[in-house]
Amino acid sequence: MMRRRFLGIAVSALVLGAAGCAEQSVGGKEEPAAAAYPSKTLQIMAPAAAGGGWDTTARSMQKALQDASLLNGQSAEVRNVNGAAGTIGLAELVSSHSGNAHQLMITGLVMIGGVVTNKSQVNLTGTTPIATLTSESEVVVVRADSPYQSLKDLLDAAKADPTAVKWGGGSAGGTDHILVGLLAKAAGADAKTVAKQYVAYSGGGEAKAALLSGDISVGVSGASEFADLVKAGDLRALAVSGAAPEDVGAGTPTPTIKDAGYEVELLNWRGVVAPPGISDADRTAVIGLVDKLHASDAWKQALAEKKWQDFYKSGDEAKAYFESESTRITSVLAEIGLGQ
Amino acid sequence: MNAFADLVDGFGTVLTPQNLLYAAIGVTVGTLVGMLPGIGPALTIALLLPVALELDDPTGTLIMFAGIYYGAMYGGSTTSILLNTPGESASVATSIEGYQMARRGRARAALATAAIGSFVAAIITTVLLTFVTEPMARLAVSFRASDYFALALLAMVTVTAVVGASLVRGLMSLTFGLFLGVVGIDALTGQARFTFGVASMLDGIDVVVVIVGLFAVGEALFIASRLRDLPEKPVPLEPATGFAWLSRADWARSWRPWLRGTALGFPFGALPSGGAELPTFLSYMYEKRRAKNKDEFGRGAIEGVAGPEAANNASFSGVLVPLLTLGIPTSATAAVMLAAFSYFNLSPGPQLFQTQSSLVWALIASLFVGNVLLLALNLPLIRLWVKVLQVPRPLLYAGILVFATLGVYAVSGNIVDVLLAYGIGLVAMLMRHLDFPIAPAILGLILGPLMETQFRRALLLADGDLSIFVTRPLTLALLLLAVAALALPHLPKLFRGRRADRLAVVTGED
Repeated sequence: MMRRRFLGIAVSALVLGAAGCAEQSVGGKEEPAAAAYPSKTLQIMAPAAAGGGWDTTARSMQKALQDASLLNGQSAEVRNVNGAAGTIGLAELVSSHSGNAHQLMITGLVMIGGVVTNKSQVNLTGTTPIATLTSESEVVVVRADSPYQSLKDLLDAAKADPTAVKWGGGSAGGTDHILVGLLAKAAGADAKTVAKQYVAYSGGGEAKAALLSGDISVGVSGASEFADLVKAGDLRALAVSGAAPEDVGAGTPTPTIKDAGYEVELLNWRGVVAPPGISDADRTAVIGLVDKLHASDAWKQALAEKKWQDFYKSGDEAKAYFESESTRITSVLAEIGLGQ
Repeated sequence: MNAFADLVDGFGTVLTPQNLLYAAIGVTVGTLVGMLPGIGPALTIALLLPVALELDDPTGTLIMFAGIYYGAMYGGSTTSILLNTPGESASVATSIEGYQMARRGRARAALATAAIGSFVAAIITTVLLTFVTEPMARLAVSFRASDYFALALLAMVTVTAVVGASLVRGLMSLTFGLFLGVVGIDALTGQARFTFGVASMLDGIDVVVVIVGLFAVGEALFIASRLRDLPEKPVPLEPATGFAWLSRADWARSWRPWLRGTALGFPFGALPSGGAELPTFLSYMYEKRRAKNKDEFGRGAIEGVAGPEAANNASFSGVLVPLLTLGIPTSATAAVMLAAFSYFNLSPGPQLFQTQSSLVWALIASLFVGNVLLLALNLPLIRLWVKVLQVPRPLLYAGILVFATLGVYAVSGNIVDVLLAYGIGLVAMLMRHLDFPIAPAILGLILGPLMETQFRRALLLADGDLSIFVTRPLTLALLLLAVAALALPHLPKLFRGRRADRLAVVTGED
């Protein structure tokens, strides 16, 4: 394995070297009309391990950029920087790559929570926002034999006795935990106590097992996570956190949280950022590239294959969204007692 | 008998030249990555996923991935036995007796019992997988947090089997492992512990990093530090006797541990928070307790290789049970395989056996085929592997250090982890010089976090009521079993002691 990877790197280095020479000899003769972007290998950082959501996003982006020939004859590489909800990658982007428009990083809602819970020195607002790309709703499920028939039943129970409902989902301070806090707040329950009844599991599998064994009464996770068990009738989906009802395995669309009368919407979105300190021209060029990526058939095909919802905001719109999400998530995490 | 007909169809799918080739590639790649410290099947499959997507052949790809998983288990035992450098936690128990056998010239017998034991375990559990998947999975997901805590406590008793001659040293080693296990962000509260402000340590210290540090790096530094004291030539191999390098006595001593290891490994693999380490250590303890020749343990008892190695492989079939029936991955590799399923728009779960039955049965059939291939690959290769022992030590251990460093770096892409592995390796070298056993540290590292998390989860879910550990029958039964496992070996001594006391009293009165 290793050898193949090194060989790959060695080969691409050779190719790059050759391309660089060619460019120089051409550049000597005539001035290029406009600074074409990318002008060298585009590095896309997935701030998580291979195989996860950010990694898949990065690799789909790399593939679509190449398939749609948007790279100006250059290539794109994906590298993984693991750890701490992406904040290690974030710190590297901000500290080591400032001003370099050829270093992009995948980001998302999880990173905002990670910044708060890991007390990261660097914030997502310290980067240059480029765009949001995809989103996934969350789903709230109970066992088929649960007394809670609707989200209202569940939240009424939590309001009457905040310790009565035991919640389970992904890591503490992650998207699932945030949704529990938001729901408790919207229901007028004691959000801090309710959020303390949340058990963090490593990954969806463990949470599924805990639901089936009866350890927890409610599961919260990404919309597709429980689909097979909902379909098999082991679990019942109560609500989805997106803007529109969605089929999460039941065969019929599951209503949204807003349909149940609570003003909560939470999307587990993913997007892309550039390092801080890049010039306005560079920023425009990167946004232009991602705009073209979003419009390409290759990207539409990737969305369909991965069953991702298109969630596109670019440039200033993305910047405003990153900021509003940062404020909202930071405040809800503080309210449920995380991140002090 | 319906399952049987489906299985025959599955064989029909697998026994095509193309799928056989996928299986062969899988087991070969798996054997190689299993031998390299650090690089395990999970990382390999994750790296191969994009390639697999291009192939656009779900059946072939999954057959290949299952081959990698199994192959890595066979390969992992080879380096554990020959060089005392297990690449992942599931091979640690094998290395305890296996390495001692190799040091005494019995490397071929150790490798053979490992390979054949793996094969036996895999075949038996694949048959079980064919027929009892559904009820097994339902049973596995009935385990609650308090049960897991009790189970971890039971496994913790195995420390007594690996503690070595000095109890104090063994407990210090255990404590070192427990300490390494608490580093990182606490899963329940999100608070950082013992990270010393280093961001890379927020996720804790990867088990692979610790294992490579304790074994590969530690062993290399230890050998280097006393290179001049070691005999120039290794102990010559004992002459090959019997069938497949195992003498009649070896066969007689191996087959029961194989079966017992299999019986332990399969159910543990199926548990959503189980893992392959628990059954391997439990099997080791059990074999040691049962052995008539207890003195041989710690000096190369073949039972101590046969049992854990069978348990290790049996747990993989167990892992497939909740993965296929409920979509619940119970190991890192299973999680990556789940990702592979979703790449192909297949969702493992209650419907998979109905909607994709040909694929599932092909996968199960491929496990039979893959294991036959692995046995055919590994038995003849023993001849080649033992040649590794002839390599001059400076070259051999320099090579191990290079691969260990690469392995750690490949897992994380982070230099902090490499430094950590070397730091732990330095500690491990000192431990070896001062006669500290290494295995308790691994137990502490793996069981500590499991016990802590499950204990706190159980309490949280019971609103802090400690009685949860005695009111649930399964929990109570497991806890009593743990107490029994701890006390039983000492009971005869206690009674003997009391009788001696009484005797003394009697004689005193006289």
